This record gives sequence, structure tokens and C-alpha cells, in this order.
Amino acid sequence: MPDERARRIASLAAVVSLLAAFGVTAIGRAQTNPSGTTLDPQNFGQIERGRYLMVVGDCSSCHTVPGGEPFAGGRSIETPFGVVVGANITPDRETGIGAWSDAMFLSALREGKGHRGEFLYPAMPYPYYTKVTERDGLDIRAYLNTVKPVHNPVVSNKLPFPFDVREEMAGWNALYFTSGEFKPDSAKSAEWNRGAYLVEGLGHCGACHTPKTALGGDDLAHAFHGYRLQGWFAPNITDDKESGVGGWSIDDIAAYLKSGHNAISASTGIMGEEISLSSSQMTDADLKAIATYLKSLPGQTTSPPAPLSPSEPAMAAGGAIYADECSACHGMGGKGVPYLFPSLAASPNVRSADPTSLIRVLLEGARSVATPGEPTSPGMPSFAWKLTDEEAAAVLTYIRNSWGSSAPAIDARQVGEERASMVRNGG
Amino acid sequence: MRPDRRELLGSAAFLLIGGTAIGRGQSLPWRPDAGSPPPPIGKAPWVFFEPDEAGAVEALVDRLIPPDPDTPGGKDAGCAIYIDRQLAGPYGRQAGLYLSLPFIKGTKQQGPQDPDGPAVQYRTALAALDRYCRKEKGGPFASLSDADKDGIIGELESGAAKLDGADGQAFFELMLKNVQEGFFADPIYGGNRDMCGWRMIGYPGARYDYRDWVLRHNERYPHPPVSFMGRADWNVRKT
Amino acid sequence: MARKLPSKDVVIIGLGWTGSILAHELTDEGLDVVAIERGPWRDAPTDFPTTYAQDELRYRIRHDLFLRPEQTTFTFRNKMNQQALPIRSWGAFMPMNGVGGGGVHWNAETWRFLPSDFVLKTHLSQRYGASFLPEDMTIQDYGVTYDDLEPHYDQFEYLCGTSGAAGNLKGKILEGGNPFEGPRSRPYPTPPQAQPFSHTLFGKAARELGYKPFPQPSGNLSQAYVNPLGVRLGPCTYCGFCEWFGCGNYSKASPQTTILPVLVRKSNFSYRTECEVTRINVDDSGKRATGVTFVDTSGEEWEQPADLVILAAFTVFNVQLLLLSRIGKPYDPVANQGVIGRNFTHQTISDAIGFFDKDKFNFNPFIASGSIGMCIDEFNGDNFDHGPLGFVGGGYIGQVQTNGRPIQTNLVPPGTPRWGAKWKSAVRDNYLSTVIPGTGVHGSFYSYRDVYLDLDPLYKDRFGRPLMRMTIDFHDNELKQNAFLTDKFAEIIKAMGAKEVVKQTRKGPYDVTKYQTTHLCGGAIMGTDPSTSALNRYLQSWDVPNLFVMGATAFPQNAGYNPTGTVGALAYWSAEAIRTQYLKKPGPLVHA
Repeated sequence: MPDERARRIASLAAVVSLLAAFGVTAIGRAQTNPSGTTLDPQNFGQIERGRYLMVVGDCSSCHTVPGGEPFAGGRSIETPFGVVVGANITPDRETGIGAWSDAMFLSALREGKGHRGEFLYPAMPYPYYTKVTERDGLDIRAYLNTVKPVHNPVVSNKLPFPFDVREEMAGWNALYFTSGEFKPDSAKSAEWNRGAYLVEGLGHCGACHTPKTALGGDDLAHAFHGYRLQGWFAPNITDDKESGVGGWSIDDIAAYLKSGHNAISASTGIMGEEISLSSSQMTDADLKAIATYLKSLPGQTTSPPAPLSPSEPAMAAGGAIYADECSACHGMGGKGVPYLFPSLAASPNVRSADPTSLIRVLLEGARSVATPGEPTSPGMPSFAWKLTDEEAAAVLTYIRNSWGSSAPAIDARQVGEERASMVRNGG
Repeated sequence: MRPDRRELLGSAAFLLIGGTAIGRGQSLPWRPDAGSPPPPIGKAPWVFFEPDEAGAVEALVDRLIPPDPDTPGGKDAGCAIYIDRQLAGPYGRQAGLYLSLPFIKGTKQQGPQDPDGPAVQYRTALAALDRYCRKEKGGPFASLSDADKDGIIGELESGAAKLDGADGQAFFELMLKNVQEGFFADPIYGGNRDMCGWRMIGYPGARYDYRDWVLRHNERYPHPPVSFMGRADWNVRKT
Repeated sequence: MARKLPSKDVVIIGLGWTGSILAHELTDEGLDVVAIERGPWRDAPTDFPTTYAQDELRYRIRHDLFLRPEQTTFTFRNKMNQQALPIRSWGAFMPMNGVGGGGVHWNAETWRFLPSDFVLKTHLSQRYGASFLPEDMTIQDYGVTYDDLEPHYDQFEYLCGTSGAAGNLKGKILEGGNPFEGPRSRPYPTPPQAQPFSHTLFGKAARELGYKPFPQPSGNLSQAYVNPLGVRLGPCTYCGFCEWFGCGNYSKASPQTTILPVLVRKSNFSYRTECEVTRINVDDSGKRATGVTFVDTSGEEWEQPADLVILAAFTVFNVQLLLLSRIGKPYDPVANQGVIGRNFTHQTISDAIGFFDKDKFNFNPFIASGSIGMCIDEFNGDNFDHGPLGFVGGGYIGQVQTNGRPIQTNLVPPGTPRWGAKWKSAVRDNYLSTVIPGTGVHGSFYSYRDVYLDLDPLYKDRFGRPLMRMTIDFHDNELKQNAFLTDKFAEIIKAMGAKEVVKQTRKGPYDVTKYQTTHLCGGAIMGTDPSTSALNRYLQSWDVPNLFVMGATAFPQNAGYNPTGTVGALAYWSAEAIRTQYLKKPGPLVHA
């Protein structure tokens, strides 16, 4: 087809100009890094490692506007203190990081210091990235040097007073930031150490899954026990049998991170986005390493409450609603269909102490994430129009206290509050 | 389809170009709270009918489906309310149908060729029926005895009743269709109150899962009907 | 003046079953493909969720998912000397609108045609002599054989996860399947659906009468399934809301549940919804399509240039676009010349209703699926000797009770008044104990010289384009065939133990208000002779070789089966020809 040929020529031209641009940036970038070596712009192994590490770090999630220029910044990130905007990290010299030295880059990545020495906000997860090795940091830099420079001035700090005063971060850092690369534990396997490095470092899983203090620092005593943010509850991901992933095998966890689905659960919301942009593109070995590490985290197994009696009014009503409205997908036994409809019987999310996600999915529906391995991305319809607060609470109470599991009942008021917050958010 | 379809397509996966949505290299469209469930019918007693018309329609539907000791008739089942809301909505004005000129009378096989929709048909026929009843029986339809009502409906059905300015037989057919729709459609549309039509025949309603019952041959399905807005067992009974 | 968009390798008109299949196959080939769809995007959680999909009034009675006639419709007449009038609201068939097309609202009855159906003219002439056929019957061979299509039937069934029992595995006849079917290379991907009471009774009665009943092949799945594209379907829950409805729980095969999740992820695929293609553009030679023109919702006209055009709309709209684009010679029934519009066909269906003793029989008719059924094939195609019967053709017959939706499933025994107390108690007494097959008798509709499509001289659509005019009536051959089949069917219903059987034998004339499947076929048929067919054996236009036309439009006549299985197989067959032959050497694949 003549057309196809034209397109090939066009894309060839694009490659040539890309190479030209690359050459220019490469020349401009030959420089000494803190270890005294020079980034080699022809070291494609390093560049590819850096690309992969940026996937692991899910960097594009904050630094790329969906559908926009890669890493040109501008995406708003909601924090409990206000909105922070992802920076332009393309090699543009004026508005990106093209003029930064490698040392400046590493300092920003691992110490939360901007190129003028100013404090960054920990929306940039440097408290986790500090664990990244220098070599990995430089690999990332090597890759970033090759992306298209985009002129895009970004005002990162849109926080209200007093949080807009960056100097305050010095005090915050003193409280919550421990600088330093990951130190392997020689008593553990290489796989465990790799998992720990990814989870604690670039993967920054604790950013969502670890509860926060009033000032937004990690509550390390309860690391990975789950945390509510942006209208979702990021669940407990320790080996806790009740509300964590204690009931999941290493393969279950790896499958979930790879495809967004496993025989038990399906991912949506923020975690769905993480899987789409990050973990679905990670190697199977790294996912198994992550799962191995998570399975080694002890939960704080408090014994679950006694299950509610089926004769409780809320259980009876919830059971009727479940049979009429839920069983067509999730089945009368609550087991769902593997990889298609989540099992409610085996889902830690269903039993989670904080029912935010549970209520939200019931009210507004959800679409599970699509990945190359599991493209189906089945959706759950919205029930907000159909169920009253009391009915929604009853059916959720029922699924939390059926098929051998138990969790505190959901109150109609909790549903009402979630409904109101959905309306406020224009959901 | 509600207008918010556009909003759905306006999500990140789509670019709007000149009113057309183009999607590419993305996931399936979705947004929270998506869907267009049937809207509530509202509380006003009558939206389309005038009070006299409503009285006649209530009387008509209650003879087409008369009450018996087990099951309400068309009136108490809400069939008149159902028809009222249907006529006030898109159905009444033939929304979405092909209404281009010319209207030419054709064969029966060619289907209705009528510029007037059901709303106009009801308005015209009810007025004509009122005149007919006053002339033949000395009062409006609603005031007649059951026997006289049934007699008139029979005449409409057979074509014996010659209404002035309306096709009585066509009106009968339309009304018969509508009253059965109202009696058996989901209660959300105003009829089938308390799912009385479904209870009468043993239809379990808006369920979506009979896997446990497909192989239980020649057994009566035991569960009560459910409507879009639920059933009594959904209520949390206070102890 | 249309605004011109950047050129694409392929433009596909319509994103239903065949559009989705072609888009998937051709994007796999690396081509840049855009699909243009007249209706909106549709998907289960947003458009037919389990929370309100089971709405008989909205979807069945008010036709919510279908094309609005005000957007476009057809005109209809029985005979050439009549004035055709517009179909102002749908009745005899239901054209779909939107992404997924008919694949959203179908019952999912997934049949293969008989080997003899593809060589019908040759087969019948050899067996009975050419003079046995009515003089004005215009049946033809397809130009493609069952053996050509078998791998592609297989492909379509494995895409869908079809549930069924093989009757002929590589030539070996298997108990429990359809012994008349052509040899299949593999078993069905999933076992048959569970059968409710009335279907089981039908099977027993049919066996006792000497027939070989088998479960209808179903696209409502008996169990969860993952197809070769990695897309998953769930198990059917027998809700009884298939035909006219979208499936809310991913258990009915449709483009949405089999292809689209993968297709939308491809960077070389894009689609435009709510854009109506108004014509296929051809160059001055008239022998090359240059793309399509379409109109968006704001009324703006766009031109989408492309190297290859795939016409994948509903049967009648395919023919309309060909006529409006002046591609191919319009059919003239008087001169018996021309090809676009000829051999238009439908289906010949009927029922027999069985009323049973309510104290002994409880059928729970609401426990159903669109393609559940026990069928026999003894009277399909040429599976039986037509010599003494004086007609050709046939169909499958079976208890295919697709639902118990109460607005329409409230039949009462003959003699019952149509309203009042007696009607009411009769409805109550018969609902659970009556057998009401959806399509009990599903017969063929062969082609005739005076059954055809052309442009209406009077009525126009919203763009001022002439509507399609259908001239169609049942011929004696089909009415005889139906009377014969309905009698056979009624015998079986009687043998099930019905106390009363009401035969609803199909009578002429063809009536556009009575639903008789949406299986409109023909109008731009495939064949071996450009003077009597619009398309060659690969569905390629004889006149414009960079145009391929999908769908039942290509059927020279309609067989006694639901068409979708064959439509899917032909789409894969055509896609393979494009991939392996056309792209290597664009041009006619068959030289006439």
C-alpha cells in the first residue's frame, strides 16, 4: 500500500530526528557523576534498566498527564494537605531537569532536595526512594536523558498556607525521613532482599498502604496495615490472615500484580492504575520477589469478631438483597468466577476494618483494570440509584459475615457519608 | 440514552473532534455511576390525563382486568397511572419513530401509518367514548354498571360501537396492550403495584440467577418476586 | 464540503460482529484500522447492567437498544405493483444500533449451515431435477463450500465459547449431537447448557417418535470460558433476558465479551461512534474505493480516506450504501438483470403452543436462556426426501423457550376471552404450564425473482437519502414447507403430554408487524458469476476490488438455521483471504 510506505518513511524520519536530538543531548550531558564515572549515552543496557526502574517506580503516574507528553509533568496529585503538581522531568534545560547535574538528580530522587537545595514535598516519595542504590538512580537518569525534552513550566506547589512553606519540610524530614540506601539482610534469601528493596524503595508501596501520622509521615509501627486516601482504602498487605494477604499464595499475589486479577480478586481505582502503569510491566521474578517479601510481613492478627448471626435483621435483609442482586456474578456461595468476578468469600478487602472502598464500589460501581494478560476488565454496575443507605449497609454487612468470615457490621450512616462524598466529588 | 453519554465519552480515553468521539489504544469506556436506570414516575396523581379522562381509564382498566379475591384489578394495580406516565413520555408522542410525510393508508401487513401517537389517540378516543356513553347509556363510562361497562368494551372490541371521530376498535386494541403492559411491567413504571401481576402468575420478577433451579424439574420456584426497587425482605426489620 | 481526515489503511463501516472480527484480524496484520459506527458505545456495566437489564417493557416492548426508525427505516410492500410504505416502528425484525451490533441483542443460537446449503442449486437439481424447483426461484450456490468454511466456523465458535454437543466429529457420528451436521474438526469449546423441564420433555417425546434430538448450540455459556484472545466469559445464569436485551453478566457471546476488550487496546485501532457513513467514495474509474464520507452528531461531514473499505453494517444497510454509492449494477427484477438488491430473503418461522395440565406440569418458563433448546434436524435443508412433498427447504424444529417474560408470555387457550375475569384466571392458570417456543419452527427462506431491495422513490431519511424499499412476500414453497414442519412440531408437543396444542402455522402475506427473526439476508450476494452475484467467494466486490462486504448480505438464500455462525465463519474466511492473498497483491482475488 502506498500509504503504508509513506508512513514508514515518516516514521524513519522521526527516528532520524530523534537520534539527532539524542546526539545533541548526549553531547551536552557527558559529565561526571558522584561516583566519578561518566554516563555513557550508548550504554543501552543502562538506559533499558533505567526505563524499567521508572516503571517499577510508577514515575509516569505523577509526572505524565494521561495522554500527554511523557514525563513533562503537570499532573495534579491530591494529598491530605492540598494539591501538588508532578514536575517536568524531561531533559528540557529551562523547565525540565536538563540542566541538572547527576548529583542534583540523585539528591532530588533520594534526599528530597531540589536543584537549588530547596525541600521537595514528600508527594515525591523520596522517603522511599532514598533506598534506591546509586547505580539504579543513575540508570534512571540515563534513561531520562533520552526522552523527548518538553518545554512545559510546571508550578509544583499549589498548597495552601502554611503547607506552602517548603522550609517546614526540614522539621518534617527530621521526624519522618531516614536517609540511606537499602541494606540487604544477609540472613534472608536473595529473592526476599530483592522484594524488600522494591517494596520499601522504588515500589513505594507504603505510600498508600502504610497508615500516616497527623503530619503525613509513615506510622511505621503499623507499616502496610492499610490506609485511606483519595476516597479509597489501600488495604492491609501484610500476611495477616483476616484483613491482609495471608490467605493468598505467592503466586496469587504475583498474578494480581501482573494482571490486575487473580482467582480471588480484581483491581480497580488507584491500585488499578498502578497495575496498569507499573506492576503489569514488571518481570515475573520481581513480582514473585515482592510477593515473597509481603508474605514475610507479620500482620497484627487480632482475632476477628464473632460472625453476626444470620437471624440478625441486617443479615436477613442483606441475604435477601445478595440473592436478588449479587449472585448473578458473585454466586450464591460468594466465590465469584476466577479472574472475572471477585470472590467475596475470600477477599480481605471485603473484611477490611475501613470499608471505604467496599462502600464506594457498591455505590458507584467499578471497572477492573485491563492488562495485557487479563484484557477483559469486567465492570460492576452502580447501585447508588437502587439501594438505600440501609439496604447497602445490610448487604455489605451480609457479605462481611458470610461464608465463614466475620467483620464489624456496616452502618447506614457510613454509607450515607460515602454517598455524600461521592456527590461532592461529582461522582 | 441520557445526554450524559457525552460526558462518558469525554473521559481521558477520548478526544472530541467536531462532536464525534474517537477512541484509540485505551481501555473500555467507563465512569462512576454510569447507567440510565428507569426514572421514578413521580408523585403527582395524573400527568397526562384530565380528571374525567383518568376516571374513565381507571374504570376501563378495572374491567379489562377486574379485581378478584386474590389479585387486585387494573385500577388498584396502578395500570391507569402506568398508562398516564407512558402517554406523558416519549411513547405517547411516538418519539423515535419514523414520522416523515406522506402518511398513506396501506395494507394491514404494512403496519400503522398514523401521524398521531398514542397520546392523541387516547385523548380523541376517550372524548368520543364519553359522548358515546352519554348518548347510549346516559352517563360517562365510569358511572355505568359493570354489565354496561363490559357491554361497551365488547362493542369496542367487535367494532360494533361506532365512535364519533375515533376508531373504537383500534382504541380497544391499544388499551388492551397498554393495560397488560402496566399489569406485568416492573412496578417502577407505575403499574403491577406490589408486584401483584407477577404474584398472580408465579413470575419471580427482576431476578438474574436461576442456576440452582434449572435442573429442578417440575418444581414450583419458591421465592417471591423482586422488582427493581426490591421487595419487602430487603427491609431491615427492627427487633 | 466534507473535511478530510488523514488516510487510514482500512476503514470499517459498522462495529458489530463482523466489523470487530475484521478489525481484529487486520490490526493483527499491522494495518491501521478505523471503525465508524452509527450508534453509541455499549457495554454491560453501563448500558445493560444486571441492576436493570431485565426490563421487558423498556427493551422488548419499547425497543430501547435498537435503531430509532426516525434515524432511518425501510419502506415495505408485498408485491411489485403496490405502493411501498415506511416501517414507522419495528415489528418483523429489529435492526440494532451501536457498538456490538446484533451481537448485543441476539439469542446467541450458534449454528452451522449444512454442507448441501452451500451448493444448494447444484444439489437440488441433481437430486430432484431442475424442473422440481419453482420457476421464479433464484437460488444459487455460494461459491464457497462447507469444507472451506469449517476452520472458520471453528474459529468463530472458539471465539464465542459456544456450548453444544458435537454430532459429527471428523466424520464420526456421535450420540447426543446433531447427526446431520457437517463434520467438525473439534468438539464444541464448552458442553451444552443445562436443559429445563419442558426442553427435556421435548427431547424425550422426540426420541420416542424416532427422532434424534440434541441441545441447541448456544452462545450463552454453560460454564466460564477464556477464548483464544484471552477474553473471559462467565457462566450463564438462565435469567431469560437474551434476545432484545444485552447480557449483564458477561455470559453471552458478543463483540463486547469476546473481542472488543482486546481490540480497544491496540494502538493501530481507533473507532468513531455516533457517526453515520453516508457513502463509500469511489474514484473516477469507478473501480477503486477511496474511503468513506460520514456525518457526526453535530451534522458535520467528514471524509475518511482509506486503501481498503470493509462494509460491515446490517444486511439492508450494506445494500443501501452500495446503491447510494453507485457500486455494482442495481438489480432490475423485470429484466432480471443487475446484482445489487437481488436474492433478498428472510426466515420462515412458526410455532405450536402447548397447553398442559397445570396440576401435573410446572415449567417455570422464566428459567431460560436465549439459545437453550432441544432440537431435531430431521426436517432441515435436504435431510429428508422432498420428492413426494412438492416443496424444497426446511428447518430445525425444537422447544426453544427463551423466556417467561410476562407481558408477552401470557397466552391463554383458544376460546378464552381476551380480557375480563375469564382472561385473568386463564392467564393465572396457564402461565407456568404452557410451552411457548421462541422459534419452534425455524425454516429456510429461498430466493425469488420478485423478492428484492431497491431505493424507494418517495421516502427519504434524515439526510434526504432514499430509504431502502423491501419488496417481499412468502411464496407457496415456503408456506408449504412451514405447514409441513409445523405439523411435525405439533406432533411432538402433543406427545409431550399437552392437553391442547395450538398451531401457529405461517400464513401469507408477509406481515411487517409480526416478528419473524431479524435474519434479513441477501441483496449483495456472493457467487461465481458477476452477472448474478455482487461479491466473489471471498466477499470481495466484483466491481470494486478494494471493497469487501460482510454479513448475511452475501447469502444467496437463507438456510433453516440462525445466520450468525455462518456470518462469523464467512468474516474469518474473508479476513484470511485479505491477509494471505489480497495484501500481498491488491486486486481481484477471483478473475471472472
